[in-house]
Amino acid sequence: MLQHLPVLPLLIPLLAGILLLMPPIATTLRRQQWAGTLFALLQLGAAASLLWHVDQHGTLVYAMGGWQPPFGIILVADRMATLLSVLTAILLLCVQLFSSAGEDQQGKFLHPLLMFQALGIQGAFLTGDLFNLFVFFEVLLIASYALLIHGGGAQKTLANVHYVTLNLAGSALFLFALGIMYGTFGTLNMADMQQKAALINPNDVRLANAGAMLLLVVFGLKSAMLPLHFWMPRAYSAAPAPVAALFAIMTKVGIYSLWRVHCGIFGDNAGDLANIAQPWLWPLAWLTVVIGIIATLASKTLRELTANLVIISVGSLLLMVALNTREATASGLYYLVHSTLATALMFLVAGLIIGQRGKAEDRFVQARPVVQPALLGALFFLAALALIGMPPISGFIGKALMLKAALAGGQAGWIWPPILLASLAALLMLSRSGGTLFWRARGDHSDGKRVQPTQIAAVAILVITLPTMVIFAGWITEYAQLAASEMTRGVDLSLLGGDDA
Amino acid sequence: MSVLWILLLPMAGILLPVLFARAGRTVTAWLTALMPALALALLLQQAPDVFAGTVPVYSAPWVPLLGLQLSLHLDGLAFLFCLLILGIGLLIILYARYYLSEEDNMGLFYTYLLFFMVAMLGVVLSSNLLQLWLFWELTSISSFLLISFWWHKSEARKGARMALTVTGFGGLALLGALLLIGHVTGTYELREVLTMGHVLRNSEYYPAILALFLLGAFTKSAQFPFQFWLPHAMAAPTPVSAYLHSATMVKAGVFLLARFYPVLAGTDAWFVAVSLTGMATMLVGAYIALFKHDLKGLLAYSTVSHLGLITLLLGLGTDLAAVAAVFHIINHAVFKASLFMAAGIIDHESGTRDMRKLNGLWKYMPWTATLAMVAASSMAGVPLLNGFLSKEMLFSETLHQSTLGALSWWIPLLATAGGAFAVAYSLRFMHDVFFNGEPIDLPRTPHEPPRYMRVPVEVLVVLCLLVGVFPQFMVGDILDTASMAVLQSTLPQYSLAVWHGFNFPLLMSAMAIVGGLTLYINRRHLFDFQVQFADRDAKHVFEGMVQRLIAGVTRLHQWLDDGSLQRSMFLLILLALLVSAAPLFELVNTVGRHPQLPINWVVGFCAALMIAATFVTLWWSHLRLVALIALSVVGLIVSIAFAYFSAPDLALTQLSVEVVTILLFLLALFFLPQKSPTIDSKLTIIVRDFSVAALFGSVVGTICYAMLTRPLDTISDFFVANSKPGGGGTNVVNVILVDFRGFDTLGEITVLGIAALGIYKLLAQMLVSMPSADSKGYRWSKERHPFLLAVVSQSLLPLALLVSAYIFLRGHNMPGGGFIAGLITAIALIQQYVAHGVVWMKERMPINYLGLIASGLLIATLSGLGSWAFGHHFLTTWFDHFHLPLVGEFELASAMVFDFGVYLTVIGATLLILANLGKLTTSERLQAGDN
Repeated sequence: MLQHLPVLPLLIPLLAGILLLMPPIATTLRRQQWAGTLFALLQLGAAASLLWHVDQHGTLVYAMGGWQPPFGIILVADRMATLLSVLTAILLLCVQLFSSAGEDQQGKFLHPLLMFQALGIQGAFLTGDLFNLFVFFEVLLIASYALLIHGGGAQKTLANVHYVTLNLAGSALFLFALGIMYGTFGTLNMADMQQKAALINPNDVRLANAGAMLLLVVFGLKSAMLPLHFWMPRAYSAAPAPVAALFAIMTKVGIYSLWRVHCGIFGDNAGDLANIAQPWLWPLAWLTVVIGIIATLASKTLRELTANLVIISVGSLLLMVALNTREATASGLYYLVHSTLATALMFLVAGLIIGQRGKAEDRFVQARPVVQPALLGALFFLAALALIGMPPISGFIGKALMLKAALAGGQAGWIWPPILLASLAALLMLSRSGGTLFWRARGDHSDGKRVQPTQIAAVAILVITLPTMVIFAGWITEYAQLAASEMTRGVDLSLLGGDDA
Repeated sequence: MSVLWILLLPMAGILLPVLFARAGRTVTAWLTALMPALALALLLQQAPDVFAGTVPVYSAPWVPLLGLQLSLHLDGLAFLFCLLILGIGLLIILYARYYLSEEDNMGLFYTYLLFFMVAMLGVVLSSNLLQLWLFWELTSISSFLLISFWWHKSEARKGARMALTVTGFGGLALLGALLLIGHVTGTYELREVLTMGHVLRNSEYYPAILALFLLGAFTKSAQFPFQFWLPHAMAAPTPVSAYLHSATMVKAGVFLLARFYPVLAGTDAWFVAVSLTGMATMLVGAYIALFKHDLKGLLAYSTVSHLGLITLLLGLGTDLAAVAAVFHIINHAVFKASLFMAAGIIDHESGTRDMRKLNGLWKYMPWTATLAMVAASSMAGVPLLNGFLSKEMLFSETLHQSTLGALSWWIPLLATAGGAFAVAYSLRFMHDVFFNGEPIDLPRTPHEPPRYMRVPVEVLVVLCLLVGVFPQFMVGDILDTASMAVLQSTLPQYSLAVWHGFNFPLLMSAMAIVGGLTLYINRRHLFDFQVQFADRDAKHVFEGMVQRLIAGVTRLHQWLDDGSLQRSMFLLILLALLVSAAPLFELVNTVGRHPQLPINWVVGFCAALMIAATFVTLWWSHLRLVALIALSVVGLIVSIAFAYFSAPDLALTQLSVEVVTILLFLLALFFLPQKSPTIDSKLTIIVRDFSVAALFGSVVGTICYAMLTRPLDTISDFFVANSKPGGGGTNVVNVILVDFRGFDTLGEITVLGIAALGIYKLLAQMLVSMPSADSKGYRWSKERHPFLLAVVSQSLLPLALLVSAYIFLRGHNMPGGGFIAGLITAIALIQQYVAHGVVWMKERMPINYLGLIASGLLIATLSGLGSWAFGHHFLTTWFDHFHLPLVGEFELASAMVFDFGVYLTVIGATLLILANLGKLTTSERLQAGDN
């Protein structure tokens, strides 16, 4: 089984999704809940042991069908990919648990779709092939289209129309860019491309350049980079709470792809094509944070606020991508994990608040108090600290790391003001909104839904991971530094032993 | 190690009160006090060592990348502050036991208080810059919790939020300053940084460091112009105010100034910024304090003023001034804590804090009155009390500076004026409350408080006296070591005697007292003067500012994001255009070296037709049926092109996909209006969109042309060479699909399956009714299912199935395969739906399409997993040749099982989508509750 470890984080959600559609599991919701949770746990176990193995013994490459790279598709489980794979698995487990408390009755196929969504994300992280990345982008997109309309309603449908239309255009651009890449590189294996980038025929260099820039647009759209971010707050704030929590990692797929392609393949060693995206990324990333701050201050609901804070985190991460030093990538990686967990937590908390606040939902208006103010208030408080980046939750380490990386990279003058002001905006808005949601209550509480045990479990996992990230920050950052080095170096395919071919 | 325990013990106790709150109020208070008391004992045990000059340290690695490490040290300054934090903290715990009422959640209160205590201990003990910042932020958070403890009051909420925002802002600035300090000095360890003052002061970053650093310190210690948050923090329960204003929170700001004094002070910039800010704060605070009718308000502004005084001392930059600053930190903590507690007692026992009502309390609570008056005298700087001593030192130091040149005499003058105001408001506190006639309709009849509520005040007041009379004995050692820590050099000569003879500082003290008396006696005039100014509540000003900011930003945001999909799409294409066009400007040779084929008239005609069809699609896009037909022309020509350029598999796929797509479109259009609503876009928008589309189209065209004319040097040759020997098939396209890149195919059929699920979900939630007539108003034909169509399609079905089976089986070697076969089968079945209707089909073909999708995916996945049994990687294929009589030589390949999975999934997904869309207005439609 050990040799198949890299494919397990993909196979488990794939089989899970299929089995959840078939009898005997599909026949009752309860069976789907149990089986889904079991599969999520299995996936977490597989991802965690993969991470452990990769950390101990180095990068694992898995050749699909036994075909040698660059001819077949390979999975590349290096430190960065496996870290994000574990993150995805944690998120899936929380979301699976959370949605078992009633959200799955609002529409069909929630559990299998969550599994397929996880499949797409895991595939995007683990694949070492650019075309295969496109395939997994499609998997995660199509699953997200279906998840976004879960529960129905005009707002969701409208948000989905925007989301689907833009992403279809994005997919077309992706495919077009892949054509250019294949034409100029002669391969779509990312490790192979990384080695060939400096050797491209001079006549073709500008074409490859254009293709790489189109990929920047595609990944920018995915990660909600300015000016391609407009779909994101609308979609995330319309989505059901657990779905939004899982979506927390979707923008990060875009960031991850930027790292892989624009810091890996087109990184420092790419000759004429070295760092071609960076001149565009700088202003766009900077403006993304600024627009994030503006949108944050203009938020009207908790989900919208959280989604707008995602824009800020995306902008901050894009700044790290633009900076493209080892320290910047390592800092960004730490912050990425933190902000995904924190965002997911806040979306789940928003879901709990919506369940207890009657018609006011999570809007920032005076309304009746929630049923369980102590519990929800404490959770909101923790999530808010995490999102602002205040100690003792992991946000402060991520923020400080990024500021420090900017300073070391000589870009503090650019990077500091937006990141610091963004923290202030988050502080201002979260303290105001928390006050409105919990303190400015009037009248008796509505007979809302009390928090269910599975919801507690889901939230508890996230609440525990955040301080854990602080305690083990030393280990995680060391790991992230190694991951950053691996990414810049790329995988040396000539060193791989084949299975059979 | 013991230095770690001083921090860890109170930390371990944080949750005790809230966990054992049910055990009763007294038990809770004891439990709360337990850990801080142990820590205090531990601290005192360290005293001889610290006074002897050794510094206990503790450090452990944490986050090397950040420079953050767990690093504690107990030098003189840390010792002094720990003593204040723990000592006064314990008194506050005792006091709060009697202050809080039954309704208050005492456990929670104590937990917050301990949290705050730990945060403060962390700040003062930290010897790592970033760890210091960590605890610094924790003080902001914990004070927010304490100030908002009575959250049902609007003033508590606003006050807490304001405190958090201002100190949070300062915290961010401080983080910047500390990171810069670490960057310049190359270390984040405080003890190393403290030795590198010259490096810091000479660095190009010094101005930025100083500015950010002072922002952090000044916001925390409520220095002008950030003084406004502090008085509103008194919305907290009084024990909190007593703690916040004396030993903690605001003192963190001056602690920081003192901590970095050795490395940042000594420049003109420091002097100007710090001493002038301190001076301004001292005067503004003292002036406003005089006019406050609220007892706690008066005390709050006096805190502002005294913090200004300490800041002023640190700004003066002389060694003696720094010693005086440390001394005043001690003295202020002692008298201010006791005054707040006394004010709390008065409030608690009389029901109000309004000095216009509170008069003549001497008669009702003589003992409390005595205590309060001693403390207030200390605040005023009356001799024989501790406040006098440090104020004398201040006056003396203001005389010994010359940085303002010829105007240096301003500083002693203004300091004396500040002293006079301090005397005046202290007098007001004493005279107005305890004398000045009779109380005016108090809610309660005042009386002495419970015995133990007074104990903390008594302890502190005794300290005021003892320090005032025996300064050297009481605080000599601690002041020495703390001052040494601040100065990081030898101690200057100073004497803590009460009497220094008749000198200029004494004269200034006398002037301040006389001036204060005069001011107080003439207070009516001053009040009349002050009334002319509008009394602006900082809460409302701050709230108004925030609301205006949010309103403005919201308008800006609405302008930026109008929710238009058209705009989002425009920006997407525009960005794609900009980034992809830029490199093309540098592309020298567009045309590659690939020999070009001659154009014959067939190719030319088809190309022209396709271009024309494209334009028709665009032009009549509002006439959906016309657009659809034109679009299908494009699709068909693409199929022909595939066939013409020797890609039969692609042609077959394109053709069958085309059929299914058009059917899907027709079904969808059936439920939509026949014409798009013609909302006319603005002409400018049309021109804009057209230009961007045309430009991007030309970029795409150019790139395509460049790509197609270049010789391809790719890994494709490997596929052609290995298709037969490695994959067992001569059809390279199919072998790529099911073998070389079977993983992609698995992903894509999963996409197909998920799409079907999504559409199923969407349809189950949708309620539409069948249009009764077409766009021109003609009613539908009565004959739903024409007889001829029914007969023909029924007889075609077996043939179609046979064809699909054939296409499937030969796929590995000839054009065909599971995907195409699946589409052909699906089309044949859809034809039956069209010809016979849903009900007829349901009776004859009770197939569960969902099950078909799931089984298809499962078969494909399991076929890939099968290779594990033979020790091969996922999706590794196997094939061999067999011989059967009659049939002859044939090949069996595991890839065919995979392809069969593809086949089933394609059928299931296509039919699930199309059949359910077709059923939408029939009784067979999907219901939201279906499972």
